[in-house]
Amino acid sequence: MQVSATVNGQQRSADVEPRMLLVHFLRDSLGLTGTNVGCDTSSCGACTVLVDGRSAKSCTMLAVQAEGAEITTIEGLASNGELHPMQQAFHDCHALQCGYCTPGMIMASVSLVDEYPNPTEAQIREGLEANLCRCTGYTNIVKAVQVASGGGS
Amino acid sequence: MTDTMARPEGGIGARLPRKEDAELVTGEARFIDDIHAPGELWMGMVRSTMAHARITSIDTEAAASVPGVHSVLTGAQLADMGLWVAPLPCAWPVTDDMLNPPHWPVTPDVAHHVGDIVAVVLADSRYNAADAADMVVVDYEPLGVVASLEQAREDQIHAHEDLGTNKAYTWALDPDPEGTQAAFDAAAHTVSAHFVQQRLIPAPMEPRGVLAVPAPHGGELTLYSATQVPHVLRVMVAATTGLPEQTIRIIAPSVGGGFGAKLNINPDEMLAVGLANHLGLPVRWTESRSEAAASTHQGRGQLQHIELAADENGKLTAVRVKIDADMGAYMMLITPGTPLLGSFLYHGVYDTPHFGFTCDGWFTNLTPTDAYRGAGRPEASYAIERAMDLLALEVGIGPDEIRRRNYLAGGEAFENLESAAGLVFDSGHYGPSLDKAMEIVGYDDLRAEQARRRDAGETKQLGIGLCTYVEICGLAPSRALGGLKYGAGGWEHATVRILPTGKIEVVSGSTPHGQGHETTWSQIIATKMGVDPADVTVLHSDTALSPLGMDTYGSRSLAVGGVAIAMAADKVIDKARHLAAHQFEASPDDVQFENGSFSVAGTPAKSVHIQELGFAAFTAHDLPDGMEPNLSEQVTFDPTNFAFPFGTHVAVVEVDEETGQVDLIRYVAVDDCGTQVNPQIVEGQVHGGVVQGAAQALFEHAIYDENGQLTNPSLLDYLVPSAAEVPTIETDFTVTPSTSNPLGVKGVGEAGTIGSAAAVMNAVCDALSPRGIHDLEMPATPWRVRRAIEQAGGGS
Repeated sequence: MQVSATVNGQQRSADVEPRMLLVHFLRDSLGLTGTNVGCDTSSCGACTVLVDGRSAKSCTMLAVQAEGAEITTIEGLASNGELHPMQQAFHDCHALQCGYCTPGMIMASVSLVDEYPNPTEAQIREGLEANLCRCTGYTNIVKAVQVASGGGS
Repeated sequence: MTDTMARPEGGIGARLPRKEDAELVTGEARFIDDIHAPGELWMGMVRSTMAHARITSIDTEAAASVPGVHSVLTGAQLADMGLWVAPLPCAWPVTDDMLNPPHWPVTPDVAHHVGDIVAVVLADSRYNAADAADMVVVDYEPLGVVASLEQAREDQIHAHEDLGTNKAYTWALDPDPEGTQAAFDAAAHTVSAHFVQQRLIPAPMEPRGVLAVPAPHGGELTLYSATQVPHVLRVMVAATTGLPEQTIRIIAPSVGGGFGAKLNINPDEMLAVGLANHLGLPVRWTESRSEAAASTHQGRGQLQHIELAADENGKLTAVRVKIDADMGAYMMLITPGTPLLGSFLYHGVYDTPHFGFTCDGWFTNLTPTDAYRGAGRPEASYAIERAMDLLALEVGIGPDEIRRRNYLAGGEAFENLESAAGLVFDSGHYGPSLDKAMEIVGYDDLRAEQARRRDAGETKQLGIGLCTYVEICGLAPSRALGGLKYGAGGWEHATVRILPTGKIEVVSGSTPHGQGHETTWSQIIATKMGVDPADVTVLHSDTALSPLGMDTYGSRSLAVGGVAIAMAADKVIDKARHLAAHQFEASPDDVQFENGSFSVAGTPAKSVHIQELGFAAFTAHDLPDGMEPNLSEQVTFDPTNFAFPFGTHVAVVEVDEETGQVDLIRYVAVDDCGTQVNPQIVEGQVHGGVVQGAAQALFEHAIYDENGQLTNPSLLDYLVPSAAEVPTIETDFTVTPSTSNPLGVKGVGEAGTIGSAAAVMNAVCDALSPRGIHDLEMPATPWRVRRAIEQAGGGS
């Protein structure tokens, strides 16, 4: 069946199986491979995107549930060649190593700061609880979110 | 040579932001599942649901009728197709008589663990491949299951029926057992402790995957694999499939973490190559997370018995260790050797006149084990560092004091010191490491707060745990590996070239998967050659671009691969010096090199930058007689000794005695990895390593039931910690350069993991000590803590 959605500001549509997950629609149908898959139980958050402005794990949604939605993926975050402040902060603070969790972690962080503009360390840690990273031990991710939200050094 | 140590911005020692990040923070990076080939077929693996069973029949009819299915092949059919000429390789037969039952990519007759592949489906999409694999009907005749190491040791039921025993090998490093026993007989204090190293699932965030692309008419084949070891893989693909090695190209694209899980040679890789070559079509597979628990090796899996003998002052007189190690169902690449990587470290940082180590390897009907971050060394540091805390209790002194009394060289600085296990420790300085860690954490204040809580009978008790670890990096001198019966060398290759336009190209045989090699190697070149690190590009992870390499594991990249790059840069500089001298009409001996420029002593007006010489070397119009064109030099560096990083970690935990909940509230790591190239990257390695080790102490455990079924294969119930479970990791360093290489570097990729499980468990046991609880099995879950308190007569 046909699914149409606004993805990174562009109207996109594709013919999909009803059972297709949103993450596979983004990756396989639209070629937006920045959104990664890290598990099969909606535990790791590598596939986090923004759906109508709020973070969502794109492996927990069917593509057909995104009909008419506005979706932002990691590819849509930078604008005019400028990194989003969260992307820049992840780079500046060495908040990524292998980078596989990074797109989902950044999208979740953007959503977190949207909800809590000046998050405390505890709010950041709890807010990112659903996104797993195996490389960084989270120390520099927390720092990056603090920097991007203007709250930390 | 001081003249090659110019210090431009961004060189050795700088916190240079990583070159790797841009493509990773924007989603442009290409991981294995992002790469496709036209006409590709997806593999769907049919995996055994039984831990040990004979396959009596396989019905593929329903699966074959699923739309989009190309074919369904059983193990017996695949065996007849001749896709491979040898079983999957084990490169480390640790003894001459080690048992090594054949491990075929798809088993033709008997499944030896849950997840052993029994058939494979090829289909046009990942969904159809998964559907069809589910529809293959396999009938099994159940066989007796060896579901634990304890059961393997009983040796009543056999994991491989035809072997007649579960014991795969006995390996000993026990030069003087009588002397050791005499030390125990004469000891004023002894400790005898049993520890369990539970099985762990490495769980890099990117699952493994493969894509094999044949060129049917060209006779070549490209295998893309999410691997740490493309160079090792190339050799092993040739050895296993019989394809000519020179026709095989391996590419490791962006790889999303490894931690050892991606250093193996796997059934899926040989299936993809064999089927792609047979069909003339691209063949791919990406493991699911739950599948990964069975299709990718696990780590640890040991029962440890460590005994300490000491005099009346707590000074060690002997350390004796017996390990039983769980191999799992098959010997994979370095399965048997992994526990032995720790064998030389079970005396830790301590001086002891007597040392003995013995390890028995046992087969079980569980997923094979192999290297996981630290690979043998976290197990060793855990055993000795937990045992030293028990010795401190026995002697009646503090955990800091027992360590000080026993540090090698009395805690003073040393170089090239022979250890009790017979290695030569390159350099160390353990006393200041402990001092610094205790100062940063505020040790005395914490002890005071601990006493206050104990006196007040508060619910949340404080525990403080120390660990001074030493590890082995710089793997490895090839001769030493030969002596250990390892099947390959430990060198690393590098090429450094100045391109005609003056930019620098580095080719490295080490293969990053998150470590930041492109940045680090650029910094080495920047310092050596006096150039901007932005002018340096690093080629790696593709056997066509970088044909020679030994890849990345064991914290070896900098201490072997980075050193090779520095040495290749020196050769380029030396050749460029001769070219500059020719241009200056001067003797090479009179030509200085500083900040990237050659000049003649006393005549500073004559000067040429090394990057400018690239074009002259390329045109070759006016070279000195006998000089070959181009500035391109290569080095294969084989270290003469290992490197021995060390450090002291302090964990602080709060244990809620009512709920059993353990919270890690502070963690201070003072590490010494010798010279640091990029301190920001070093800190990041420590942060992540510490959390992985702490996770072994508190959360992670691959739990099998009595039928050999893994009960927690998904990330829902295999508890990889999130940001909410861990504190900010506080890092600091001492710097004791290695004597094993000219850069003075040691390695840091595994240090955090090697120090942290022991530090955290020492803290947990310290908190519970007033209740008479001095040991707990990992992970220290709330249930285990409460049970221990209740068994000790406390709470209800």
